Amino acid sequence: MRKVAIYGKGGIGKSTTTQNTVAGLAEAGKKVMVVGCDPKADSTRLLLGGLVQNTVLDTLREEGEDVELDDVLKVGFKNTSCTESGGPEPGVGCAGRGIITSINLLEQLGAYDDDKKLDYVFYDVLGDVVCGGFAMPIRDGKAEEIYIVCSGEMMAMYAANNICKGIMKFAESGTVRLGGLICNSRNVDNEREMIEEFARQLGTQMIHFVPRENQVQRAEINRKTVIEFSPEHSQADEYRALSQKIDQNKMFVVPTPLPIDALEKLLIDFGIAN
Amino acid sequence: MPSKLTPEELKQELLKAYPAKVARKREKQIIINKHKDETSANGLPTTTEVLANARTIPGILSMRGCAYAGCKGVVLGPTRDILHIVHGPIGCSYYAWLTRRNQTRPVSDEDPNFMTYCFSTDMQEEDIIYGGEKKLKKAIDEAIAIFKPKALDIFSTCPVGLIGDDVHAVAREMEAKYPDVNIFGFSCEGYKGVSQSAGHHIANNKVFTDVLGLGDLKKPGKYRVNLLGEYNIGGDAFELERVFEKCGITLQATFSGNSTYEEFTSAHNVDLNLVMCHRSINYMADMMETKYGIPWFKVNFIGAEASAKSLRKIAQYYGDQELIDRVEAVIAEEMPAIEAAKAIHRPSLEGKTAVLFVGGSRAHHYQELFHELGMETISAGYEFAHRDDYEGRHVIPSIKVDADSRNIEEIEVHPDAELYKERVTPERKAELLAMGIEMNGYEGMMPEMKEGALIIDDLNHHEAEVLIEKVKPAIFGAGVKEKYVIQKSGVPLKQLHSYDYSGPYAGFKGAINFYAEIDRLVNASCWGLVKAPWQSSPELSASYAYVG
Repeated sequence: MRKVAIYGKGGIGKSTTTQNTVAGLAEAGKKVMVVGCDPKADSTRLLLGGLVQNTVLDTLREEGEDVELDDVLKVGFKNTSCTESGGPEPGVGCAGRGIITSINLLEQLGAYDDDKKLDYVFYDVLGDVVCGGFAMPIRDGKAEEIYIVCSGEMMAMYAANNICKGIMKFAESGTVRLGGLICNSRNVDNEREMIEEFARQLGTQMIHFVPRENQVQRAEINRKTVIEFSPEHSQADEYRALSQKIDQNKMFVVPTPLPIDALEKLLIDFGIAN
Repeated sequence: MPSKLTPEELKQELLKAYPAKVARKREKQIIINKHKDETSANGLPTTTEVLANARTIPGILSMRGCAYAGCKGVVLGPTRDILHIVHGPIGCSYYAWLTRRNQTRPVSDEDPNFMTYCFSTDMQEEDIIYGGEKKLKKAIDEAIAIFKPKALDIFSTCPVGLIGDDVHAVAREMEAKYPDVNIFGFSCEGYKGVSQSAGHHIANNKVFTDVLGLGDLKKPGKYRVNLLGEYNIGGDAFELERVFEKCGITLQATFSGNSTYEEFTSAHNVDLNLVMCHRSINYMADMMETKYGIPWFKVNFIGAEASAKSLRKIAQYYGDQELIDRVEAVIAEEMPAIEAAKAIHRPSLEGKTAVLFVGGSRAHHYQELFHELGMETISAGYEFAHRDDYEGRHVIPSIKVDADSRNIEEIEVHPDAELYKERVTPERKAELLAMGIEMNGYEGMMPEMKEGALIIDDLNHHEAEVLIEKVKPAIFGAGVKEKYVIQKSGVPLKQLHSYDYSGPYAGFKGAINFYAEIDRLVNASCWGLVKAPWQSSPELSASYAYVG
């Protein structure tokens, strides 16, 4: 079983990219589980067709200790297993602690057991690695390969660089490695070249360049991945290509985060600052 | 008997095991007492600088407590009719219940007393994740419905600060719901500050802003005072109440031994504040002086001589012959029993030594009692004191305010437009000083200790063990965390945070109790038996009694 976590700046398209990639893998016959690690619990709605999912934490709260795996694991597109960690409303409590609790519970309930015959588990994680809880998927070997969704926008690159710092920290003591950057294009000038160079300097690769396409929006409004909504569309092929590249990826590294001035120089060199 | 080391040699023994960086810091916290030539305002010598109120080095087994302990356990804990809710996991509440430390005596059966209860929100993992404010509100609803308190306070434990529960917002909301109940919260998360000292300050601030001045009780009497920094450990307050009553001095409010909410609200109706534990309550004394014009001076009721001295000081402050005479009569009446007890216990204790590592004032105050028994305190230190408690208040302007202290709110206080009244003129202050009564003064522990005594701030277990081995004191005064480690090495330990369930030790009758207790402890034959026979002579010989 390959254990993958997707990180990236808030709003960059992690959940969309994750679900479309998972759809591509599922279509290719892989057995995949998605664990949404965002308190908003919207990491699996495209795979589940908008189905309202009982989150692990809500279930734990309502049912007490008597939680069954079926209560929190729903079957989505092409037999994917979907679960949402859930968490508190914004500004209350500790969402990070929630993620730790829910991943532990999923493990105890046997969500990862061999009899589930999983090829992949994907963790879709909220925003930055802001605290210990959000680092949970990359601690203790829970996720072993990380992909960072970014774009050519400066703050997205800053966030990617920070996430690399988190990976580096946990790579020292564990098995986690960076598998690559996924460029979710924002139509920034020289975006592809800049992210390729950024990836090179981080010691990794830009595994795929996902072009900007309104079809993604249309599919989302219909609560579907692009692959399910419009399997013939060129954007569906982009996600298929991404999932295939991930499936065949052999490049797993401990990243070398950039000093801030090197990051800024990169932006200047590629003409953003002009 | 261990060989006699010089103070410097002893200091080096204490530092020997440390890595260089740790030793450099501890060296500034272990001071050989030395009096300088210059003298302070009331004629005591000034002393060397101590590094105090500094962070404990991680890995060291410190004797210190946390900010929550200082706020809940020390300052507010002894008040019986404020309903104390601890917002946090149950352990924080249970272990700060302190029913064996704090006693209280409600006036009648109808008088509320919540000290026999332990109120907690019992936070679970779910409350950490989703936030605990709702549970806290529910706890307050329940507490008010069942107990109908006049006041209710909330204590924040560490997780509350980490997850950002706003106890003050909850307090405001619940007070709007229950306008007859004064509800206030403390941001006294355990991790604040370097020791429990931060919690004292936080407690002082909130009681000052949210409680003081709300009432108008005036207890009858000609001489009305507050006693600050007396926490009724082992019933100390009961003995002091007896003595004050006998002298005709009215105790309006005690902060906070055997106290009530109403007394707190009306504590501004006094002539004078008496400060016992300088460390934990000096903030309150200073703020009350600024806002209401109530002067304060330091007293000590630990020790019969010290008690007599403090009573005389109060009488002299009023300068009223009637009171002076009455106080003298009381002292004359109390002293024969003291002398009789001394005659019994002193001969078997005289010349023996004590070490004291407790509190922010107790390590100083208890030296008086040992002195009365002819025992010398050869080493002493505080857990959570600041430099002024060691060296005297004159050093306050030169205390470096570090980031840890800045984290604790300093509230700005102004004279109250209606209630401010100057109680003592500057001329009278000068007169009093000439009589040896320094207003707002505290000379600290060091000037009263002998030169060569070792002052150790924030003593730890390693140093305690070295100290035992090298100086073998007749008695060790500290807390329960130290008790059994020390006693296993054959030295009796007297708990001075909670008195091992005995007491009182304050005032006159307390002194008699203490003499007997120290005699019993020091001269118990069990200490010679702590070492098993095979520890001193490993090869025991024996022969079979049965020969077949």
